[in-house]
Amino acid sequence: MAEVANAIKFLLNGEEVTLTDVAPDQTLLDWLRLERRLRGSKEGCAEGDCGACTVLVGRLMGDEIVYDSVTACIRFMGSLHGTHVVTIEHLRGENGHLHPVQQAMVDFHGSQCGFCTPGFVMSLYGLWMRDPHPSRNAIEKALQGNLCRCTGYAPIIRAGQAISSYGQPEGDPLWAERIAVRDRIRAIDDGRRVELGEGDNRIVIPASLDDFAAFYAENPEARIVAGSTDVGLWVTKFMRRIGPVVFIGHLPELKRIAENDSEVRFYAGVSYSEALPVIAANFPQLNELWSRIAGEQVRNMGTIGGNIANGSPIGDTPPPFIALGARLHLRRGEHRREIKLEDYFLAYGKQDRQPGEFVESVTLPLLPAGEKFATYKISKRRDEDISALCGAFRVFVNDAGTVGMARIAFGGMAATPKRAKAVEAALVGRPWTLETVEAVLPAFATDYQPIGDMRASAEYRLLAAQNLLKRFYLETIGQGERLKREVA
Amino acid sequence: MNEHAAGISLATLHKATPHDSAPKHVSGTAEYIDDMVEPAGTMHAYLALSSRAHADILSIDFAAVRAAPGVIGVLTNEDVPGVNDVSSAHVHDEPVFALGKVQFWGQPLFAVVAETRDQARRAAHLARIEYRDLPFALDVRAAQAAGGKLVTKPLKLERGEVEAGLAAAPRRVQGAVTIGGQDHFYLEGQIAMAVPGEDEDVTVYSSTQHPTEAQVMVAHVLGIRQHAVTVEVRRMGGGFGGKETQGNLFAVIAALAAKKWNRACKIRPDRDDDMSATGKRHDFVVDYDVGYDDDGKILAVDAVFGARAGYSADLSGPVTDRALFHCDNAYWYPAVRARSEPLYTNTVSNTAFRGFGGPQGVLASERWIEDIAYALGKDPLDIRKANFYGRDSDNVTPYHQTVEDNIVHRVVEELEASSDYQARRRDILAFNRTGSILRKGIALTPVKFGISFTATWYNQAGALVHVYKDGSIHLSHGGTEMGQGLYIKVAQVVADAFGVGIDSVKIMATTTGKVPNTSATAASSGSDLNGMAAWDACEQIKARLLAHAAKLHEADEADCRWVEGGMQVGRRFVPFAELCASAYMNRVQLSAAGFYKTPKIHWDRATGRGHPFYYFAYGAAVSEVTIDTLTGEYSVDRVDILHDVGRSLNPAIDLGQVEGGFIQGMGWLTSEELVWDDKGQLRTHAPSTYKIPLASDIPPVFNVRLAEWSVNREPTIGRSKAVGEPPFMLAISVVEALGMAVASIAGYRVAPQLDTPVTPERVLMGVERMKGMAG
Repeated sequence: MAEVANAIKFLLNGEEVTLTDVAPDQTLLDWLRLERRLRGSKEGCAEGDCGACTVLVGRLMGDEIVYDSVTACIRFMGSLHGTHVVTIEHLRGENGHLHPVQQAMVDFHGSQCGFCTPGFVMSLYGLWMRDPHPSRNAIEKALQGNLCRCTGYAPIIRAGQAISSYGQPEGDPLWAERIAVRDRIRAIDDGRRVELGEGDNRIVIPASLDDFAAFYAENPEARIVAGSTDVGLWVTKFMRRIGPVVFIGHLPELKRIAENDSEVRFYAGVSYSEALPVIAANFPQLNELWSRIAGEQVRNMGTIGGNIANGSPIGDTPPPFIALGARLHLRRGEHRREIKLEDYFLAYGKQDRQPGEFVESVTLPLLPAGEKFATYKISKRRDEDISALCGAFRVFVNDAGTVGMARIAFGGMAATPKRAKAVEAALVGRPWTLETVEAVLPAFATDYQPIGDMRASAEYRLLAAQNLLKRFYLETIGQGERLKREVA
Repeated sequence: MNEHAAGISLATLHKATPHDSAPKHVSGTAEYIDDMVEPAGTMHAYLALSSRAHADILSIDFAAVRAAPGVIGVLTNEDVPGVNDVSSAHVHDEPVFALGKVQFWGQPLFAVVAETRDQARRAAHLARIEYRDLPFALDVRAAQAAGGKLVTKPLKLERGEVEAGLAAAPRRVQGAVTIGGQDHFYLEGQIAMAVPGEDEDVTVYSSTQHPTEAQVMVAHVLGIRQHAVTVEVRRMGGGFGGKETQGNLFAVIAALAAKKWNRACKIRPDRDDDMSATGKRHDFVVDYDVGYDDDGKILAVDAVFGARAGYSADLSGPVTDRALFHCDNAYWYPAVRARSEPLYTNTVSNTAFRGFGGPQGVLASERWIEDIAYALGKDPLDIRKANFYGRDSDNVTPYHQTVEDNIVHRVVEELEASSDYQARRRDILAFNRTGSILRKGIALTPVKFGISFTATWYNQAGALVHVYKDGSIHLSHGGTEMGQGLYIKVAQVVADAFGVGIDSVKIMATTTGKVPNTSATAASSGSDLNGMAAWDACEQIKARLLAHAAKLHEADEADCRWVEGGMQVGRRFVPFAELCASAYMNRVQLSAAGFYKTPKIHWDRATGRGHPFYYFAYGAAVSEVTIDTLTGEYSVDRVDILHDVGRSLNPAIDLGQVEGGFIQGMGWLTSEELVWDDKGQLRTHAPSTYKIPLASDIPPVFNVRLAEWSVNREPTIGRSKAVGEPPFMLAISVVEALGMAVASIAGYRVAPQLDTPVTPERVLMGVERMKGMAG
């Protein structure tokens, strides 16, 4: 191992920060508010759901610096090395006036109690910089991770639509200073691993994927943190000590997406947001699901690898990935192995992952021509909610009109993401008709004995799962209209 | 002090002035209590909560708590020098900490005080507690089955011959509706910071809608007099009723610690603890028996309103009272009997929430209207119209107040036309015949909401206005700002009264040291009460200034008149600042305390008779929805609202209240579901599990208008009407529209009877029920 650096460095607004003593579970929000007394960012929930703490984090993507909205409450300091953190305090317009985003919010009466407002301003700011004339859909999507209890959102949406009449991103300080910021960030990363602290207080920021693999093989007790959208809550809600921690969200090799004629491979550190264009191009059937995973800030942080690795029974990517026949690539040191994704989930809280082994990538075979595929997510609230159930359906119907192949997988129906093998078996060989679909419905009860909880009753889960097969069938024959949100 | 006359500056009142704090909100510089600079040495307190629904506390071992890093000490009931009670009903049923036994899961047991919040929070989990479990009842039906113990006296409203009316009615409907509760989900959670002073003094910064009550509680608990306690709040990050009484506990604990250790102390629970330990909107089960005729005209109503009150009285008495006060909504009942049951349950003590029981009463009335409509095969709107209070007759409420300002007919007629209700309903009926797995529904529901505190003495307010020698103005009043725009509205009144620009008026934080003995900022009353009190103060100063000007310039008072920017004395214009400076030099007092009390109101709870409301606010909404009959998922596609705020003091602020209130109401009735498990633990205690509406939940078409023609017939401030609560109930139209979509499955022959919140699960189960009935 080469020389090791001993400081986390990043830019906070205009200032370079060097930290040599920071706990692995130190959150950005607490650090901003308690250490730096920057109290514009608010704590509303401390679990990444309300967005009152939204800040922008800029990072290098090739030659560009890209700013993502993130929730500071569940973002750890160790994940900020080599980034530019922009808080509400950094927003400024010309000559001391309000920034265009802020002025639009004032003029359209977008704040009432004002507590959520800095977070909304930051989310709208991030949107406006990449999309100065956003559609209403784009605004709603950018605000999926921001809760407002007062306004009913209508004035905030109006403000979001009007920002560009107050100014253009080209006039924004963050835009004007982007080259200088990029160079300052580049200067931070000298290619060395960063290590701070000892024992449970140890933070390791590997220099490369190989460095990470080597470190983790030797230190299997370390906690891997990528997007921290799950582990963040262990800290803020359960007060668990998570150290030692190895942060991997910054590794460019884990952000690769490899495509060829037959498959797409996502490395584990690809965020939902980063994956979206590739998903849209190759699996358009997943577009709606993708926009309904968490809110924008969490999509910017959460990773595909993390959604699989943590083994949650209610993660949204495993059901469609299993239905597509995904292969999971696990790595320990230099040793790699490949398993079927569905075989990774052994039981609740138990996955097929050895000490020192990590999820390096997942490969999704492209859908063969003629196959039918859909994924449906059902939740109490349409957006930014955890699935009550999430079902993925894939069938091949041969020329004779009979089912040649069926793969069906659900989240929320069992202790793990799980295939509906009894339903699949009942379908194969039968004609793809409503009669067949209705005939196989009882098999769902063989595959799943769901529980009832705060998201849905067991009865509802089972009934809805059955009805989703009906919906899938109807859609394959051009019926089964879906609810649409048509906004002007 | 009666009628508010027009002011001077028409540039300020009735104008869409932005919220005074808006530039600070958007910059992150608006200061909430957690943002204030803490005094050196500030301690942090954290609550330990029970993990039993009902149990005797056998022992608590604090050894590990005290030994934890940074811990300064533990606060228990033993540390209460005064009266150990924070009951807002003053019935001594809410000790600061659980006393001997716990009565709900999440009840505060003790507080840990440490150097940092993180240390206090970690240590709070280290106590070893031995419980002995006791039987418990969690909800209305369980409480009724267990004997129906009440937390406070019930109310009965009765008028006419109910039994005879029911017996004689050609048709009857009997049923029950379950109405879910709601968490406030104010974005800023509960918080208080106390700073000890000399002698017995303590200053408490509290996120409270009711500074005076926080002051009273702190004084009681500390065993000191009220003059030693100052409670201040500049703004809250949302309140919605959740900070009317629920902030008291935090203010008290901060003050107890501050005085015990003579250091400042701050307390802020995590969101999950906030949602577990503080009260919510009451959920209700309403059992009803309604007689009506073949035209759908209601003849008699008999209803029992069972409410989950939780373990203590808190505000459950007045909340359930208000449910009864609104069980008529806008409808005339020739005979009516409504009874409340504020039931003891082993859950957190439920409390005020926007509408204060009114929404549950209104929802019940709309339920039997809906039942009647489906039974008769009619549009529910026709049944509504058939039962509206008359303008001059058939207009006496169940509490014997005559409705004198009825404008529901005009509001509904205008909205019906502007929303194109009839044509859209025809289109929807046609769409639902196409056999799609999607179904649509549309509904128009009205609201009539009574304005005034039913606790008559609450209908008073004070204000303090200082004018400085340079003409700048310092405004204090007893109302608190929680985002609703009260501060800007009252500042507009003051600017208007003096004829100065709004920037001449400095709005001060609300503090018990400036204006004493204030009422809660609640019941939508903030602008009505505080606006008038502030105006009274202005008029006193203006009278002195006018007399002074006349004397100084040797003019008749009749020749002096207020104009924009100053005073016209004969042909001489005296700028306001110059007038104030010369008044000072001539020893004219430039400060005044204003006062207002609402006229006309009275209420006798024992007889259920009186005139509890000064006036009514009206509104109506049309909602259109689409449901997916395979999954129960739905979308709210379009909403049209026409709402009455009298003559608006600030149309931008009022529109914000209507839009925001509607969406909050929609959340209550759709996605916001409180779920307790079988051990009594609330499982929906954070935004990950408790789902308030998002930007993408609001209707894509959302046409909201104020009834610009409306003028309050009572002489309120600017002839405006209260706006905080009434629009909340407009969201009931969403429930009814969902009901229509569900009822389409059985050809609209069976009433949908959806309980709330109408989650996708309830829609799907409703569809299944209809399929069974359609046979």
